[in-house]
Amino acid sequence: MTTNAYLQLGLYFAVLFALSWPLGVYMARVYQGNIPLFMRWLRPLESGLCKLSGVSEDDRMSWKRYALALLLFNLLGLLVVYTLQRLQGILPLNPDGLVGVAPDSAFNTAISFASNTNWQGYGGETTMSYLTQMLGLTVQNFLSAATGMAVLIALVRGFVSKEAGDLGNFWVDMLRSVLYILLPLSLVLAIVLVSQGVVQSVSAHHTVALVEQADVQQSIAVGPAASQIAIKQLGTNGGGFFNVNSAHPLENPTPLTNFLEMLAILLIPSALCVTFGVLVGDRRQGVVILSSMTILLVVLLAGCVWAEQSGNPLFERLGLDTQASELQAGGNMEGKETRFGIVNSALWATATTAASNGSVNSMHDSYTPLGGLVPMWLMQLGEVVFGGVGSGLYGMLVFALVAVFVAGLMIGRTPEYLGKKIEAFEMKMAAVAILTPPLMVLLGTALAVTLEAGRAGIANPGAHGFSEVLYAFSSAGNNNGSAFAGLSANTPFYNTLLGFAMLFARYWVIIPVLAIAGSLAAKKTIQPGAGTLPTHTLLFVLLLAGTVIVVGALTFLPALALGPVVEHLQM
Amino acid sequence: MLKDARPALVLLFSLSIVTGGLYPALITGVAQSVFPVQANGSLLESGGKVVGSRLIGQPFSGSQYFWGRPSATAPMPYNAAASAGSNLGPLNPALEQAVKERIAALKASNPEQQAPIPVDLVTASASGLDPHISVAAALWQVSRIARERHMSEDKLNELVARYTEGRAWGILGEPRVNVLMLNLELDKHHG
Repeated sequence: MTTNAYLQLGLYFAVLFALSWPLGVYMARVYQGNIPLFMRWLRPLESGLCKLSGVSEDDRMSWKRYALALLLFNLLGLLVVYTLQRLQGILPLNPDGLVGVAPDSAFNTAISFASNTNWQGYGGETTMSYLTQMLGLTVQNFLSAATGMAVLIALVRGFVSKEAGDLGNFWVDMLRSVLYILLPLSLVLAIVLVSQGVVQSVSAHHTVALVEQADVQQSIAVGPAASQIAIKQLGTNGGGFFNVNSAHPLENPTPLTNFLEMLAILLIPSALCVTFGVLVGDRRQGVVILSSMTILLVVLLAGCVWAEQSGNPLFERLGLDTQASELQAGGNMEGKETRFGIVNSALWATATTAASNGSVNSMHDSYTPLGGLVPMWLMQLGEVVFGGVGSGLYGMLVFALVAVFVAGLMIGRTPEYLGKKIEAFEMKMAAVAILTPPLMVLLGTALAVTLEAGRAGIANPGAHGFSEVLYAFSSAGNNNGSAFAGLSANTPFYNTLLGFAMLFARYWVIIPVLAIAGSLAAKKTIQPGAGTLPTHTLLFVLLLAGTVIVVGALTFLPALALGPVVEHLQM
Repeated sequence: MLKDARPALVLLFSLSIVTGGLYPALITGVAQSVFPVQANGSLLESGGKVVGSRLIGQPFSGSQYFWGRPSATAPMPYNAAASAGSNLGPLNPALEQAVKERIAALKASNPEQQAPIPVDLVTASASGLDPHISVAAALWQVSRIARERHMSEDKLNELVARYTEGRAWGILGEPRVNVLMLNLELDKHHG
């Protein structure tokens, strides 16, 4: 790697962590209902909406009611997105006259956005009207992110509560996530993005005559993009306004917007670790989790940058200049933008799949086999390396339970975490939460490569074609949303199968996590004894990272061997 | 369940208004009044007529112009109404075929250039709309433009330097040259 590569990556992590700390502390105050002075002007809006909807913070919910409220809310949101898509042809704010979306695609997209996956089988600028983008997709970007954050806060209350029967109020947690966290951050980010050249208008395509061929017209798609991009990044949603997502110059025009959008991907997941530490009354616990995540991310990031900078041997055989210098990025530039080069493309690919964001600024399908293995495996790890807003940390906490359980088996003590005994019920639920996503990924992939309808969508020949399918189900089955985009996934077969994968992966993690939260909340807190494994140590950092890797490796190595590994050996 | 039906409906409706209506409307309002050029696609005007966008590349194939990145959009390259990458895998024979053809075309129109071709000049961009090429890719083409436009290579090197956008704060991103802006400059002052 060049000196500049180290500088860019170093600056990214420095700014990320510098921002995560204050934001994490701020979010802890928000969830405790102790809104800082500078945001209190939003209080009337919160209390107004609470009054209007009959919600009270004192109306505390059992885990089952918390889960039901969440499911009902997500289901209604899903129905709205579906309906908007189907009817967009006769609804306003559709200057380019786009027709209603087909039922299978609308079904897939509705699940995709309600489940914080933002898998996109369609091309944004050619499919969705401005009304659908704003009132359907942007809204779910906020609400699905807030849903994940609420579940996390409920789980934290499970650890903190002493012999309580409740987890707080879903509506209040969700509402505060939107009003005090997601909305203000999005407002700021969206305006900065526009100042750099991200479009934000409701007019139709612009048409210009080409410079070289004056008789040929270039039609330039625009739209209300900045407002959607800000929340798509901050809420780890990832659904692009345009087909090529943040590779599009009007969605991500400069290295500065790229830097900010990448920061926005990991900002809230990273800051929530701090929030967690504050809420459980021991900040070291949050730092430990964040450290485990960071170690995994940095190692895989280095692998991805190395693979892409080393490039495709084909280009050297053909006598091209692929050496990185101050004059060019070099490496594997197929499917990458000049302004981002190798370093920013690989960093984005790693960050977006570590978090369950899924937006892209380069085409992962054209990555080298090992370069593409990194984002694929990061998703398969269960989206817990930073992960989605809320969902990443609650997923990681489930892994922490498994880690203390494994350690407990080794030393022959009942495992405990943060003062709560971890017993059979928690472990059963943890198993469901950890095994559901891989089940979706592997069953879905197996089904798709067995059936003609599945194989028909494959674009690249050989092992890479298998990787395309495996990547698609890894993405849907872990609610990421990024793609090896060569796969023609906008077919009834893929729309349906991937739709169900997203649905199960999201809610069969949320439900067991809330069950764990409910069970923990009812337990009494025990004081750490001689046999307690301390969970604020470097040992636990490594134990946690090791648990994630072992589960991820054992589950997916055979499948990875058939895709990227074989392909690498063929290079 | 019934107890939570009211907040579900009311909050979905009201938050839809806030996040799907007021929020994008507010951003649109600020964008259109404070940053009207950027918010509308950074369009370039020349002689009172829109000639393109500073951020969206255009296809160039004449030897008197700098060429941009290959574009994989359909049905024609640089189709800014439907962005797309090639999505060709690294071992796909179609990739080898396409790169070989691009190398042949570049070599045919640059017989005087012996240096190896910079990789970004023969690989498709992610968006199909990349407005930039690397500085190396611009310099590689200078001798051809000099011949076709009867200009000195020094003058062209100077123009390439003028249209080179450096890394932000000297750190972020990659140095690059805006192909459309450079070609417009050529047509305007060096036709």
